[in-house]
Amino acid sequence: MRKILFYSALLLVILASPFLFPDFRTQLATLWLMIIVSLTWDMTGGQMGYNSLGNIFFYGTGMYVAALITIGMVHPVGEYTDASRSELMLFTDGQYFTGVLVGCLGAGLFCAVSAAILGYVTFGLRGPYFAIGTLGIAIAAGELVSNWDWVGGGQGIQLPVYPGNLDIGKLFFYFLFAGTGVALFIFCKWLYGTRFGAAVNAIRDDEEKAEAMGIHTLRYKLTAWALSAFFVGVAGGISAFQLIHFEPLETAYQTINLGIFMVVCVLLGGKGTLWGPVIGAIAFHVIKEVTWNYLLGWQWVALGALIVVTVVYFQDGIMGWLVHKRPEWFGIRVEKKDVGEEAA
Amino acid sequence: MDQILGNISLLFQFPVVNLKIVVDGLMIGAIFALSAYGLALVWGVMNVKNLAQGDFVIAGGYVAWWLAKKGMPPLLGVPVAFVVMWGLGWIAYKLVIARVIERDLFTSLLATFGLAIIMAQMLNLLFGSDTQSIQLQYDTLYLFDGFVDIPIAKLLGVLMAAALAAGVVLFMKNSRMGQAIRATAQDARAARVLGIDTEKVYSFTFSLNAAICGAAGAIIVMVWVIQPFYGITHSVRSFVIVTAAGLGNLPGVIAAGLGIGIAEQYGAHIFGIGYQQAIAVLLLLLVLVFRLIQQRRMRQSLK
Amino acid sequence: MSAIIDVKGVTKTFGGVMANTDVTLQVEQGGITGLIGPNGSGKTTLFNSIVGYHPIDSGSIHFEGQEISKLPVQTIARLGLLRTFQQTRIYGAMNCVENMLISMPHRKMSFLESFGHNTAGDRERAEMLLDFVGLYEKRFLRSGSLSFGQQKLLEFAMALMNEPTVLLLDEPTAGINPTLINGLIDRLKRANSEFGITLFIIEHNMRVIMNMADTIYCLAHGKLLANGTPGEIQNDQRVIDAYLGAH
Repeated sequence: MRKILFYSALLLVILASPFLFPDFRTQLATLWLMIIVSLTWDMTGGQMGYNSLGNIFFYGTGMYVAALITIGMVHPVGEYTDASRSELMLFTDGQYFTGVLVGCLGAGLFCAVSAAILGYVTFGLRGPYFAIGTLGIAIAAGELVSNWDWVGGGQGIQLPVYPGNLDIGKLFFYFLFAGTGVALFIFCKWLYGTRFGAAVNAIRDDEEKAEAMGIHTLRYKLTAWALSAFFVGVAGGISAFQLIHFEPLETAYQTINLGIFMVVCVLLGGKGTLWGPVIGAIAFHVIKEVTWNYLLGWQWVALGALIVVTVVYFQDGIMGWLVHKRPEWFGIRVEKKDVGEEAA
Repeated sequence: MDQILGNISLLFQFPVVNLKIVVDGLMIGAIFALSAYGLALVWGVMNVKNLAQGDFVIAGGYVAWWLAKKGMPPLLGVPVAFVVMWGLGWIAYKLVIARVIERDLFTSLLATFGLAIIMAQMLNLLFGSDTQSIQLQYDTLYLFDGFVDIPIAKLLGVLMAAALAAGVVLFMKNSRMGQAIRATAQDARAARVLGIDTEKVYSFTFSLNAAICGAAGAIIVMVWVIQPFYGITHSVRSFVIVTAAGLGNLPGVIAAGLGIGIAEQYGAHIFGIGYQQAIAVLLLLLVLVFRLIQQRRMRQSLK
Repeated sequence: MSAIIDVKGVTKTFGGVMANTDVTLQVEQGGITGLIGPNGSGKTTLFNSIVGYHPIDSGSIHFEGQEISKLPVQTIARLGLLRTFQQTRIYGAMNCVENMLISMPHRKMSFLESFGHNTAGDRERAEMLLDFVGLYEKRFLRSGSLSFGQQKLLEFAMALMNEPTVLLLDEPTAGINPTLINGLIDRLKRANSEFGITLFIIEHNMRVIMNMADTIYCLAHGKLLANGTPGEIQNDQRVIDAYLGAH
């Protein structure tokens, strides 16, 4: 009963916040983006112990795929991305909204498939190799795309603006992100309760034992990464429409911005938990929005320092700290050595 | 695509072009091997996968560049960068690395990644994001009717890299500290039991690694260019080399370093220099896949 | 009865050291087979060769008629050939029931089934098996906080949960309180007779293995020294010599 109350209140806050804070609609949408990427990062990083530093690859790829699908359904892509002429090529409202829907879903599917293919190569790799391999893929992708003229090269792509009132547009993107986020949260909540979730946890805690028990480790790893890539791809697609214009290195494959933010958010909130990434994303986003402008160019140094401090001193994050302080809240019971056998 | 095919056919029409590429690759690869050796050292001794490796290189390069700008002789930059980066490495060890050694792999990886971001951004704030290099006033040797040009500066760089490598190897073989480092690499607990102060060994090893990287950077700034954000590419290269060669295998590291240098030069010739990072990453993936297949035959996976 | 594991002429060296030399043995389907030998005689090496932890130099290993000496661990495990570790490996951060549920036989699930929730029946079975090894009272405790012997029992229960065809046990009684050993022998026997799991056991404790096994193989210095029924082995002079160090 309390749960139902809690979740309904939460839903109400989600629905009402863009109307309560109309000036912050874009920031709220970005907050949802952070929550989405953090939750997806935790699907492999926290739950499975495979720490990807290159999940931003799916974000950037999602942006490009969504944009290319939208454009490709109406105009020849090569001519459109030739920047001098894109102003002349128009989209009707119907084409725009079909583009958003098909583009974002297509982006998700494309990313899921590429995760499965890349995972086939990189999942033989454990620990450090996986992290470095994925980081390398994200960096290389940015470079390759900026050399690829057909998709606009270093100039990036200009998408059509939301047709209609811009304030409504902001609401539109807020609810797209929020809807994806809520769907992702519900999906994660369900997924971690299944046998699949347990198997993925087993891979994290002791992969060799999991193999020795005959768990299909490679299959589950690929599936988990593909699922996570799907949602990042969708989020990337929505971002593409929200930002209108994007380019490869700073927005799409922004390795050290969003690519690292998601890791920091999860670490702050507590990895391997359902709520940790959400709490971490909110905490990080608020801290960032408040302090970023006062750091006068030292933001990125501060970000690096935040990573180091979190990793070295506060690795279990907020949720981990709670679990440690209040294990009974989480239903953890330990053998009480001196009390005897009655503990159970 | 036509351009790529054209570049490839050029290699066959004028075989001497290959020679130039190989010579260039060997010269750059010799310097890559230095920082890779440092990575292998730290990895082997304290099991820390240092993602800030390339940023130590770049930082060393900026030390030498700054000195040269202040009017010091450029060659002096190498020993100075060695010393300065030794100090920086020691600080980094005491502040960060010492606290992550015993923790799981991702902790050290992410901590050093944070370190890499801090260093790159600091360099960016201090020196700006332009590419920098030191122009040395030396002649260029022309071989094969001028098809192969070897700037003396580059040759000097290779010689310095070789001298540094030889020095480090002799040190590891003969000095007491070198022996202690090798003992710790084999079994830290046994080393502790035998009275080796492993904490000291760790801090020494990490500082030495930073110093080697710094010196390599000081050489790179003379024969190539540096930029605050080039560090990650150097880190990736070091990982490629160490993954290909394995730990504690110095001849292997040198061979792999030279090989990577040549492969990158070929890549740059065929695809153009815009793909530098992509080529390094592609090499990493190729090496990883190759090692994976090798391991699978041994019924093992890469760890 | 037929041989379910058929090891023929297996040789394995580690950098020049002969860990196993030309070992040939058969594990009978449905039986309990023992593997004994002094320390360093190559028992665990042979186990690791069978379950796929390293390649063998020569020889062949067949499981249910299929050559497995080149397959990796996961594939072999998925065929139904499972092992427990000498140093137990359980999921210390989870409680006993969770450990059991992770051990669900994934090899028998379809991909879609693996996205299902565990059923009440699965939980019942998990608790039944925990009861079987005597850990029912502790089923909701964090397994990392259990004693070593209890963790060993948990690992055994996890292996049973996995419904293997053959279970390879590496020293199941090592580190277990001597007063509990008789109970464990009884459970191993019941696992064999009631669940129909073929057992192949490395054991140091002679009394234990003599009480359980139908056939015993004895290794010494990596070579097969003797094989036969417990009675035969017990009276084999070579085995006695090997254990007393006269060899």
